[in-house]
Amino acid sequence: MRHFYRNIPAVLVLGIPFVWVVLFMLIPYGVIATYSFWEKKYPVFIPAFQWGNYQMLLADPQYIKVLLRTAKISILVSIASFLIAYPFAYYLVYRCRSARVRTWLYMAVVAPLWISYLLRAYVWKTILGTEGVLNSFLIWTGLVDTPSPIFLYNQFSMVVTLTYIFIPFMVMPIYTALEKIPKNLIEASADLGLGPWRTLMKVTLPMSLPGVVAGFTLTFCLSFGDFVAPFLVGGPDGNLIANVITTQFGSALNWPLGSALSIVMLIVVLTIISLSDRFERRGTAGGH
Amino acid sequence: MATIIELDHISKQYGPDILGVDDISLNVEDGEFVTLLGPSGCGKSTLLRMIGGFEEPTGGCIRLAGEDVTFSPPYRRAVNMVFQDYALFPHMTVGDNVAYGLKLMGCSPREIDTRVFDALHLVGLYDKLKLYPHQLSGGQRQRIALARAIVRRPKVLLLDEPLSALDAKLREQMQTELKQLQEKVGITFIMVTHDQTEALVMSDRIVVMEKGRIAQEGTPQQLYDHPASRYVANFIGTTTFLPGVTESISDGTTRIAIGGGALDAVADIALPVGEAVTIGLRPEKVRLLEEGEASTNTLSGKICEVIYYGLGLRLGIELAGGARLYADKLLPDTLSRSHVPPLGQPVRLAVQPHNVFVFPGEVEA
Repeated sequence: MRHFYRNIPAVLVLGIPFVWVVLFMLIPYGVIATYSFWEKKYPVFIPAFQWGNYQMLLADPQYIKVLLRTAKISILVSIASFLIAYPFAYYLVYRCRSARVRTWLYMAVVAPLWISYLLRAYVWKTILGTEGVLNSFLIWTGLVDTPSPIFLYNQFSMVVTLTYIFIPFMVMPIYTALEKIPKNLIEASADLGLGPWRTLMKVTLPMSLPGVVAGFTLTFCLSFGDFVAPFLVGGPDGNLIANVITTQFGSALNWPLGSALSIVMLIVVLTIISLSDRFERRGTAGGH
Repeated sequence: MATIIELDHISKQYGPDILGVDDISLNVEDGEFVTLLGPSGCGKSTLLRMIGGFEEPTGGCIRLAGEDVTFSPPYRRAVNMVFQDYALFPHMTVGDNVAYGLKLMGCSPREIDTRVFDALHLVGLYDKLKLYPHQLSGGQRQRIALARAIVRRPKVLLLDEPLSALDAKLREQMQTELKQLQEKVGITFIMVTHDQTEALVMSDRIVVMEKGRIAQEGTPQQLYDHPASRYVANFIGTTTFLPGVTESISDGTTRIAIGGGALDAVADIALPVGEAVTIGLRPEKVRLLEEGEASTNTLSGKICEVIYYGLGLRLGIELAGGARLYADKLLPDTLSRSHVPPLGQPVRLAVQPHNVFVFPGEVEA
């Protein structure tokens, strides 16, 4: 008994997170996994163990289509974020001379994380819409005569919005990775005759790859599970997998099918995370 | 010998009042081993980095083999650098590190292989070709950095405190090794160090720097035997400084009164009689006289401190006037208690006049 009292701090420190994870992650996932094998007999769900829901996902092309569309959007968002975030982080670490400017710019990227997600998505609605800032600007410049609806309610607007929302998750790991590269390696490369571009390709980029992979993983997984941006700026053919899941648990009232979709999504995300984790491990093992 | 590097009134100003390097002019001959020596913050690294192209001077001109390279970037200069912590690329093998700068020079794959082989052979590490830098020891990494820098056959090799990260034993070994390598490849070396032993052992010429300026330059022997200032005498070797007053001057020899005695000195500078001066004495040039031994140019005092340092004894001696100096006494091959003099024992010392350094001005606290 005395033994137990002495260990109370350790029990609390490890126990609380453990209970938390079991209660709010493992059990709900278990419930979802169980549901995914149930049968739907309107208006109730009957406990069973059968692969019908998964078979339906494979048989009905609309689910595959949504899954592929989600993957495509997520990849586009990751690439767009990378193309903006890498030069930005590079500038902050290597070109920005003033520490104050660097801090402000970094904060400018990270600060939106504290603003409501909904607000950030709505911002793009007001920018891209027919009455929006972009159209007003184009009319003012005389490039177009009437407001154009092509900017909003399509995949383009979704990629723009999601890129804006998730770009901090690309900037932060890349910035950290770039900052960790010793400056004298860049100098050594120049010393050995390589100009800035070649140095970037042979030293800076390979050495910051773990940060890039982490950024890709984060933005991809976050976009993959997003359902608010498609809802707000996605339009009729902008449905992503998370929207389909919401529908199944809501108006379609097909929890077993929704659960099966959730499990598929979970598997995709976990696969990406474990692949990137393996890559990062290999990178650090060979690198240091 | 042709001049390979010309530094023409080079200055580097960091802020309105912060001078890193202050109007330095220096020529380096082809094949020479020149060392920039000084404490941290004296501008020696800045000067080296300007030769390498990593920093731009705010004034003056740098010429490499007659060509103005003052503002050309590092990748357009036939100069290579061995960085202080080696700066090997951690994501590349030793072979790729050494070959890194060759691919752009238009070498064929076969020539790259030959050159990498030669360079690694030169530093004795060809068997490490396929290893990564983190699998090597500090000394091995340092040699790889060296191989990577000389493989491009630069006109000048810059070394920024190349041995400072090694432990004492290895550092000593690398000093001779580096010097031999330099003689073998015949490339001009410019090294930066704060270690005077390193500078003395390796250099053809030492440039002592103080606050962004050249305090003195010359061969190791010139600097050791004829330091031009207290700063140099203090920085190279060990010197004790004593206050003195010029007493009389006759054909090149100045007699200087030191509290409780007087010494003859061969002074390089002309001083009036009665002037307050500082004299510098190196412990190893001060000889302890045996009892009854006759000599000129002597002082007397008593032993107040005995330091054993392996090679011999360093004795602290208090002169009659209260000033204190040090004298070294080498020990015979059999050390017994009788060779260690007791504290308080009166002794007489002798110094050759040319080993008495005279500097104008009083001793600084």
